[in-house]
Amino acid sequence: MVKIGITIFPGSNCDRDVYNIFKTKLNCNISYIEDKNKIKNFDAIIIPGGFTYGDRLRAGAIAAHSPLMDKIKETAENGIPILGICNGFQILVESGLLPGALIHNKNLKFICRWVDVIVTNNETPFTNLYERYQKISIPIAHGEGQYVIDKQTYTEVKNNNQIIMKYDERDNPNGSIDNIAAICNLKGNVMGMMPHPERAGDDDLTPYGVSTDAIYIFKSLIKYVNRN
Amino acid sequence: MAILNEFEYNYLKKSLNREPNELEQSIINAEWSEHCSYKSSKIHIRTLPTDGDRIIKGPGFDAGVLDVGDGYVITVHIESHNHPSAVEPYGGAATGVGGVLRDIFSMGTRPIAVLNALRFGDVDSNKNIPLNKKNQWLLKNVVKGIADYGNCMGIPTVGGEVEFDSSFDNYCLVDVASIGHGKLDNLVKNKVKKGDIIILAGNSTGKDGINGASFASSNLDEENRSAVQIPDPFLEKILQEGILEAIEKKCVNALKDLGGGGLSCCLSETADNLKKGFEIELSNIHLKQKDMNDSEIMISESQERMLLITSKKKKTKLFNLFEKYGIKYSVIGKVNNDKNILIKKNGQVLATMPAKLIAHAPLLDRPSKEPNYMDNINKQFKEPRIPKNFNSLIFSMISNPNICSKKWIYQQFDHEVGIRTVLKPGFSDSSVLKLDNGKFITFKLDGNSKHCYLDPYEGTLGCLAESVRNTVCVGATPIGIVDHLQFGNPENEQIFWTFLESIRAIKDFCTFMKIPVVGGKVSLYNETKSGGIKPSPVIGALGLIENKGLVRSPIFETYERIFIMGMTYDELGGSEYYEYYHKALGGIVPKVNLGNHKKIVESVKTMVKTNLVSAIHDCSKGGLIISLLEISIQSNRGFVVDIGKIPTSCTRLDYTLFSESHGRFIFSTKNPEKVKDFLMQRKIPFADIGVVTSDKKCSLKFDNKAIVDLQLSEIIERYDSSLLAILEKPP
Repeated sequence: MVKIGITIFPGSNCDRDVYNIFKTKLNCNISYIEDKNKIKNFDAIIIPGGFTYGDRLRAGAIAAHSPLMDKIKETAENGIPILGICNGFQILVESGLLPGALIHNKNLKFICRWVDVIVTNNETPFTNLYERYQKISIPIAHGEGQYVIDKQTYTEVKNNNQIIMKYDERDNPNGSIDNIAAICNLKGNVMGMMPHPERAGDDDLTPYGVSTDAIYIFKSLIKYVNRN
Repeated sequence: MAILNEFEYNYLKKSLNREPNELEQSIINAEWSEHCSYKSSKIHIRTLPTDGDRIIKGPGFDAGVLDVGDGYVITVHIESHNHPSAVEPYGGAATGVGGVLRDIFSMGTRPIAVLNALRFGDVDSNKNIPLNKKNQWLLKNVVKGIADYGNCMGIPTVGGEVEFDSSFDNYCLVDVASIGHGKLDNLVKNKVKKGDIIILAGNSTGKDGINGASFASSNLDEENRSAVQIPDPFLEKILQEGILEAIEKKCVNALKDLGGGGLSCCLSETADNLKKGFEIELSNIHLKQKDMNDSEIMISESQERMLLITSKKKKTKLFNLFEKYGIKYSVIGKVNNDKNILIKKNGQVLATMPAKLIAHAPLLDRPSKEPNYMDNINKQFKEPRIPKNFNSLIFSMISNPNICSKKWIYQQFDHEVGIRTVLKPGFSDSSVLKLDNGKFITFKLDGNSKHCYLDPYEGTLGCLAESVRNTVCVGATPIGIVDHLQFGNPENEQIFWTFLESIRAIKDFCTFMKIPVVGGKVSLYNETKSGGIKPSPVIGALGLIENKGLVRSPIFETYERIFIMGMTYDELGGSEYYEYYHKALGGIVPKVNLGNHKKIVESVKTMVKTNLVSAIHDCSKGGLIISLLEISIQSNRGFVVDIGKIPTSCTRLDYTLFSESHGRFIFSTKNPEKVKDFLMQRKIPFADIGVVTSDKKCSLKFDNKAIVDLQLSEIIERYDSSLLAILEKPP
């Protein structure tokens, strides 16, 4: 059984949701990681959404400098897949595991709604079950999700194929550069994304008229672990 | 300055058989405030029906508890934070959310949803309204306050309602409700014994929110910012997780949140409920400021605090949990058998009074008198003219802030976290959430101050009827009602009469419909210098849906037949059509015929169960045409409807379209013949009025002439963007 660890920092609030989907819909072996000592032999680690440390200073800034994140950095170096969702993405950029930064949405408001994203790289542990350029529906819920990056790093990230998902260009909800919704590190084992795949994992909750393919992000991860 | 009024001072002195000291008076003043004691309303709200099969705990606790089967419960509570929000909208609204959430987890259940009902003055910027900027500022900051608190806590804000009316100018009503979910076994038992220890956990006690309850118990004449509490949702999130784990691990004997009236209120009510006495040592309490005096400590309303009682045996386990979560706590006292509240500082007695005396203010039986404003309005009322162009009339009505999409508001709320939200805000009549036992719960808040002003009895009945209609539209059976009664100064006999009329309506409705009242709140003194608000009862209806197959969405399918059931009358008093479009005040308020209403609601439930209806939506604000357009917008499909077929006694075509008569539903079906048989048998007025089309045009015909002919895309554009255009307009 695939062993997934889910981090809980003070103020994480999507931990239970990610847990429930992996447990009830994907039949994985799940544990919570509340501190660095609990990181042992996981096949993959999810850093779920929330407001770690109340978003004080900047979203993700305090968690990024915790002993737990130091341990996660080591784990990432060993090639274990790490997925940061929403606040998890913010923690990953703040910790330096991913390039760029996430700033307040362009309209300066929290936005919760379903959006369409396009999978621009399907050769990652998180997207291997998608067609390239496949469009999927997925909810977002964030106040600081506008992805920004300096020109030079952007060119590198783009050339290295590190942009994994983009918002539909006709409907970029937060003003992210190049419509970026998800990026990964150079190695490809650490990905951060603003949308919430766990909220698209239960057919009962999918709104009228949208696709239910977002769950394949988690399914891709399970396939990747099983293959390796 | 005297702390208590003469009557209360004398009452207290007589009960104690001695002169009360200053601290004792401060404690009494907080607890006997209108806000905490319900002294003007208690003898009346006691008359409401509260019994039902599912009720485990009714009104009078932090939250009502309902059995939803399979060993699971739902808790529900509603609160308002009107005075604080009018002064400091961000902090006032945010702490309103915080308070209602503590009420839910103090019962031992996890909050799974927040809802809100908001009332503001006119915000429309197209008109020359002197206070519209202030009203907009209040709205924007209230919304942000609610969003920031709920989002940070990770509790979805799944629904609400917003009303704009000039009686709320320079003021606002901010009602927040929450539902919780958990196992019956985990409900806090609230049983303690002598020697148990009393703990104050969470935020430090500080000088914020001093006298908040008293501030909220008089008219808003001056802005008292120090009475407004400061929100910290991160602290509350930590506190919630710690407390829920402590309950799960059975190390809590009794639990209560601290809200209005601070420690004074919390200690006296808890001791009185438990029929015990508390001995409290003030110097043990963790404080924000060192220089706080004894009264300030006792009446501070600092947020994110909980009172816990545990036994000596379990305390280490509890303290370890607090350490794990980083929750601050103090052991502030112990339980006695003497039923007194004894306050000490460094061992010296500062105050001692029976808990029962503090917790039970002398109740008032205030005089009431039917007001004459209604007669005056009716004398001055003139019927407005029929507009010539119905297309532009509909555009205007759909742009009305009371009717248009509230997307600008609810998109700022995380309404998906918790992965339970099946029907989301802005979509259906009532939001629907998935429960752990495979059932579904729906909850909706409804109010209508315009109707309630012109006729408080019928208006309140209407709010109740509408909330029940909303729950059956999504496939639910109503299982309970919460009421939030918001009025002006109760010392004004005429205002108090409107309050009593509202209570009479709740009693009549709930008794007849056999739906229990499971909780409620009264908020009085909602007045500014320019006078009282319109009577604003807000009703929340809870409904249970047994399985997913019964959940109904308002989505039309092409070629389905469109039906209406229920009669439309000349009932335009307080309607959006009169008040928004014609600026006409007066007329006949929609009336609820309880017998007919029950029959129609029961029929809808049967039609949903037997799959006779596909999409269904109730008719309320804006009348049947707005309901029709709303389903059309959600479905992205057009319609052709013949107005001439609508069962009505209206004297005018515009009245038929915009009357807000109760007991009506618009629905679509694939089985028109079966529907006709069913409704005919039950003698319910209905008509097959048209068909859903694929061409995205909205057409209304009368006598074979086109009355309305509009592109759906233009209607959607107006509906979606009107509020945004008002609130995001560059200065």
